[in-house]
Amino acid sequence: MFYDITLEVIHDYASPANSGRHALRLMPATIPHEQTLLAGELSFLPEPSERRNRTDFFGNAVTDIAYRTPHRELCFKLVARIERTATPEAFDISPPLKSLAREIADIQSLRPVEPVHFLAASPRLRLDPAFAVYARERVDADMSAIAAVETIGKALYKDMRFDADATTVDTPALEAFERRHGVCQDFSHIMIACLRSIGVPAGYVSGFLRTSPPEGQPRLEGADAMHAWVRAWCGVEIGWIEYDPTNALRVGQDQIVVARGRDYGDAAPVKGVLRTAGGQTTDHKVDVIPR
Amino acid sequence: MSLDETAISGDVGRELLNSYRPFPGVSDELLDPAGRVRPVWRPFIDHLSSLTPEEIGNRFARGNQYLNDAGVYFRHYGQNDAKEREWPLSHIPVIISEDDWEVISEGLIQRAGLLEQLVADLYGPNKMVSEGYLPANLIARSPEWQRPLVGVTPQSGNFLHFLAFEIGRGPDGTWWVLSDRAQAPSGAGFALENRVATGRVFNEYFARANVHRLAGFFRRFRNHLVELRGETDSRVSILTPGPMNDTYFEHAYIARYLGFMLLEGEDLTVQNGRLMVRTVAGLKPVSVLWRRLDAAWSDPLELEESSRIGTAGLVQAVRDGSITMVNALGTGILETRALLAFLPRISKRLLGESLKLPNVATWWCGEPATRDYVKDHAESMMFSPALSTALPFSSAQTDFIGRDFEKFHKGILETWIDNKSSDLVGQEAVTLSTTPAYQEGGLVPRPMSLRVFLARTADGWEVMAGGFARIGRTEDASAIAMQEGGSAADVWIVGGRKPVRETLLHQIESPYFKSQAGTLPARAADNLFWLGRYVERAEGAVRLLRAYHARLQETADPEAPLVTMTADYLEDIGVAPDAPVPQSLCDILQSAVTSASKVRDRFSVDGWLALNDLAQTASGVKLALHENADVPRAMGLLLRKITGFSGLVHENMYRFTGWRFLSLGRALERAHAMTDLLSVFTSPKAPEGSLELLLEVGDSAMSMSRRYAVSLSQATVLDLLAMDTKNPRAVLYQLTEMKDHIAVLPGAAEFGHLSHLARSILQIHTSLAIATPQTLTPETLADLRDRIADLSGELTDTYIR
Repeated sequence: MFYDITLEVIHDYASPANSGRHALRLMPATIPHEQTLLAGELSFLPEPSERRNRTDFFGNAVTDIAYRTPHRELCFKLVARIERTATPEAFDISPPLKSLAREIADIQSLRPVEPVHFLAASPRLRLDPAFAVYARERVDADMSAIAAVETIGKALYKDMRFDADATTVDTPALEAFERRHGVCQDFSHIMIACLRSIGVPAGYVSGFLRTSPPEGQPRLEGADAMHAWVRAWCGVEIGWIEYDPTNALRVGQDQIVVARGRDYGDAAPVKGVLRTAGGQTTDHKVDVIPR
Repeated sequence: MSLDETAISGDVGRELLNSYRPFPGVSDELLDPAGRVRPVWRPFIDHLSSLTPEEIGNRFARGNQYLNDAGVYFRHYGQNDAKEREWPLSHIPVIISEDDWEVISEGLIQRAGLLEQLVADLYGPNKMVSEGYLPANLIARSPEWQRPLVGVTPQSGNFLHFLAFEIGRGPDGTWWVLSDRAQAPSGAGFALENRVATGRVFNEYFARANVHRLAGFFRRFRNHLVELRGETDSRVSILTPGPMNDTYFEHAYIARYLGFMLLEGEDLTVQNGRLMVRTVAGLKPVSVLWRRLDAAWSDPLELEESSRIGTAGLVQAVRDGSITMVNALGTGILETRALLAFLPRISKRLLGESLKLPNVATWWCGEPATRDYVKDHAESMMFSPALSTALPFSSAQTDFIGRDFEKFHKGILETWIDNKSSDLVGQEAVTLSTTPAYQEGGLVPRPMSLRVFLARTADGWEVMAGGFARIGRTEDASAIAMQEGGSAADVWIVGGRKPVRETLLHQIESPYFKSQAGTLPARAADNLFWLGRYVERAEGAVRLLRAYHARLQETADPEAPLVTMTADYLEDIGVAPDAPVPQSLCDILQSAVTSASKVRDRFSVDGWLALNDLAQTASGVKLALHENADVPRAMGLLLRKITGFSGLVHENMYRFTGWRFLSLGRALERAHAMTDLLSVFTSPKAPEGSLELLLEVGDSAMSMSRRYAVSLSQATVLDLLAMDTKNPRAVLYQLTEMKDHIAVLPGAAEFGHLSHLARSILQIHTSLAIATPQTLTPETLADLRDRIADLSGELTDTYIR
C-alpha cells in the first residue's frame, strides 16, 4: 500500500519566543519488511538558525532545529510518500507467558531492539499495582504471549472510553486508567503498563493512521491525526508484534510507523524548550491519503 | 573489650578516656584490640590531655566561630522546609597512619581504573554484558544508564576525572568500599573547610604534627581541568543545580577557591554544537564543565524532560566533542548498588587482578540462584533497592536489615524477596569502626565512615591525603547521615616525617594558578544589579520612614499636612508606614538577600553575613517595636547596618565587571528615588517644612549650611540634591557614576560608535547637567525620573537577556 502523508503543525506564541530548540520525530522510517520511505521532506517557517539530523538510541530519525531570533509563530511541515508492506503474522507460535522471563534472562545484549529495555518503569510510565491487578484478572501464566497481548488490548478497548478532551499530553497513565478514558496515547500507555506488569516487554509507537470517512460522506481535508499504538515482545521466535488498543486490532497496512520507544517521551513527535514569557496554542493538520 | 588503663602512659588521657568503651566485635580507630592507644593517636591524645576542659571548650568555640564566619552551611530538608543549617563539625579529627593510607590509596586507585574501564564498556562495546559478567536486564532498567549517551566517547578520552569513595573499616581491621560516587561527588570543599576549622582548634599542635596537606591535590586537579580545555579562549566552569541544592555552599566555595565561574543551566546555551555561557560581553565558549548536577537534569531535550535547571542541547554538545563533562554524563550508573555484586568478577576480567580493597558483599536478587542464597541468609542481611545510587544508611525507609522486616511483617520476607527480585539487593550488614567524638568532657566511640577523593591529574589518579569523615550521632551506625543528625570530622593522615611543603616546590615548576579569561555571566550581573537596587531602595525607605516618624513625634498630630503628605508618599512607593517597621521594608531586604544568595561565589563572606544580619535585624526590630516606641532611633540603627553593609561591599569588592553592575544598581536606584522625591516635595502644593525634609532624607543638611550662606530656598535645595556633582546624594552625581560605569562595560563603544545604552545615559546626564534650578519644575523632574527608570530596561536588554 502506498500513502502520501502531509502534516502541518503550527505553534502560536502569545509573546515572541526569544530562542528555542526543538527535537522532531516526524519523518516516517524505512523499516525492512515493514515500510519504505520513498520520499520525504520536512520544512520550517521561519527558517531555523540551526538544523541537523541524527538517529536516536532506538533508531528513530530526529531533526534538531534551533532558533536564536525572536519569533511569534512556528510552523513545521512534513510531506512524505511511503510504501507500507507489514502484515501481522498468521500463526501464534509464541511461548506461554510463564516462560518469557527465562527467555529474557538469557539475553546478553543491550541492543536497542532487545526486550530488556521495555520491562521496567520508564520515565513517563510508572508501574502502579493497579495495572498488574487488571492484567492478572484477564490472563494466566499458560496463555501464549500473543494471546495475552490481544486479550489485554481487547479488554482495554471494551473498558475504556475514547475521549479527545478528557486528557492532555501530560496526564499520567494511571489517572487516565482510573477514569477509564483518554486518547490513543493514554490507551497505549495503559496497555504498555499492563503488559510490563505481567512480564511482557512492551513499547510505544507513534505514527499515522489511515482513517475512513463515515459512510457516504466525503473525506475531510486535514482531519486525520497522528496516532499511537503498542508493540509487545512475544518471545525469541516471534519477536515484536504491534497492537492498536484504541481500535482493538493488530497493526497492519493502515498504520505507518514514525518513531518507537519505551513511552511517549522517547517517541514524541515534537519536543521543545523555549525562552518565552507567555503561553502558546498549537494547531495540527494531518492527511494520510492512500495512492 | 574493656579499656586497659595501665596501657596508657602515666596519667595521660585517663580523664579523657574514662568513658571510652569500644563495642564488642567492632574495631576502633583509637584503641587497639588490647585497649592500648594506637601509636598514631598517642601524640594527639597527649596534647588533648594537656588541655583543661575549659581550654578545650574555648578551642572548639574558635573552630565553630571560623565556620560561622566563613558562612559554611548545608541545607537540611525538613518536613516542610529546607533550612540552612550550621555545619556540624565533630572537632576531634580521625587520625590514620600513612601505612593504612597506603593500602587505601592503592586499592582506590585500582578501583578508579576499573570503574573507568567499566563505564567505557557500558557506553561502548558492552562486553561485560555480552560475556555474561553483567545482566542486560539490570543495566537496561537503571535510570542512570543514559541511552542518549550510548556510543559517545568523551572528547578527553576519559569518562571519569573526579571520584569519591565511601569506605569503612570492618571488625577485622580491613577497609571496605561501601559506595562508589561517580556522578557528581560532593564533599571535597567541605573537607577543606573541616581542615581549616580543625586546624584552628588545634593550631599549635597541628603546626608540628606531621599531617599531610590538601592544597596540592586541588592545585593539580585544577591544572588538569585547565589543560582539558584545549583551546585557550574557552573556560572551565562549575555547573550547579542552584542555591536550593543541599551542597550549594560547597559549589560556590570551590568555584571561589579554584577561580572558576559558577554557572546554572540557564546561564548556558548551545550554538552549533558548542556550549556557550551568556555573559555581559555576549556568548563565550565553555569547554570544560565540572558538574554538580545529576546527568538526568542537565538537558530537558534529551534527558529528563521536566528539568527546569538544565540546558537544552547539552547532550548534542557532548556528542560533538566540544565539551568535556567532569564526569561524563551517564557515569551515575557506576553508583548503582547492585553493581557491587558484580565488580569482583569484573575486576578479574578487565584488570586481570582481584580487588585490592573489597566492597561490601552484595547479592542481586534478579537471578534465581542468588535469590535463594539471599533468602537463606535473609535475617542478617541488609536489603535495599538494586538500582539505588544513594549512600548506604541514607534512608531508613528503603534500607533495612532482614530481621527488622520480620518483626513487622512476620513470615512474608521470602515472598517479598521473590516479588521484588530484580529490584532488590541483599548486602552483608556492615559494621563500621568507631572513632572518638568529644562529649561532656570526655571521648566516646562513635561509628564512622570515610569519604576519600580521587582526581585525575597529569600523572594519573591522585588520592587526596585526607578527606571527610562522617561520625554517627549515636552508637547506631544507621544514624551516620548528616540529614539524620550525624556530624563531620577532618581526616588526618599522619606520618613519621614532616610532609614536604609542596606549595613552594610547585611555584618553581609552574605558576600557582594558570590564568583563564574571566567574564561575568549575565545572570550574575542581573543579580548584582538588583542587589544594588534593593539595598539602596531599603536605605531610601528607612531614611524616609525615619523622617516621617520624627515629624510625627514632633507634631504629635497625624493630620499635620507634612505628616500626611509623607505618609501618602511612602504608601505610593510601596512602604506604607502601617507599622513601625513595615513588612514591605523586610520584603525589600529579603529580596536583597535572595539576589545575593544567587551570586555567593562572587560575594565576600563578610558581605553575605552583614546582609543577613541586616535582614534579621529588620525582622527582629519589627517584632520588638511596640506602638509608641522610639521608631526614629530604631530606623537609625537599621540605617547604620545598611551603610555598614554597603561600605563593606564597596570598599572590599574587586573592581571587576560584577562590581560595576552592583554599583549601577545602587546609582540608578538612588538617582531615580531622589528625582521622584524632588518632583513631589518641591511642588508648589508641598506644605511648609518640605525643603527641610528633603535635606534630611538627602542627608545634606550639613552641606547646605556650609555651602550656602543664604537661607533655605527651593533653588538651593534643587542645586544641592539634583545638580551637585560633589554630593553623593545628588541626582547628577549618580548619573555621572552611571555614565562612567557604562562607558567601560563590554561593547559600550564599538568602532567608535556609542552603544544605545551609552547614548541614553549621556543624553539624560547632559539634560540634567545643562538644567538650572529654575528649569527643574515638578514636571521636568517627573520626566527625568521616567527616563532614568527606562535605563533599567535598556541595561537589561543590552546585557542580561
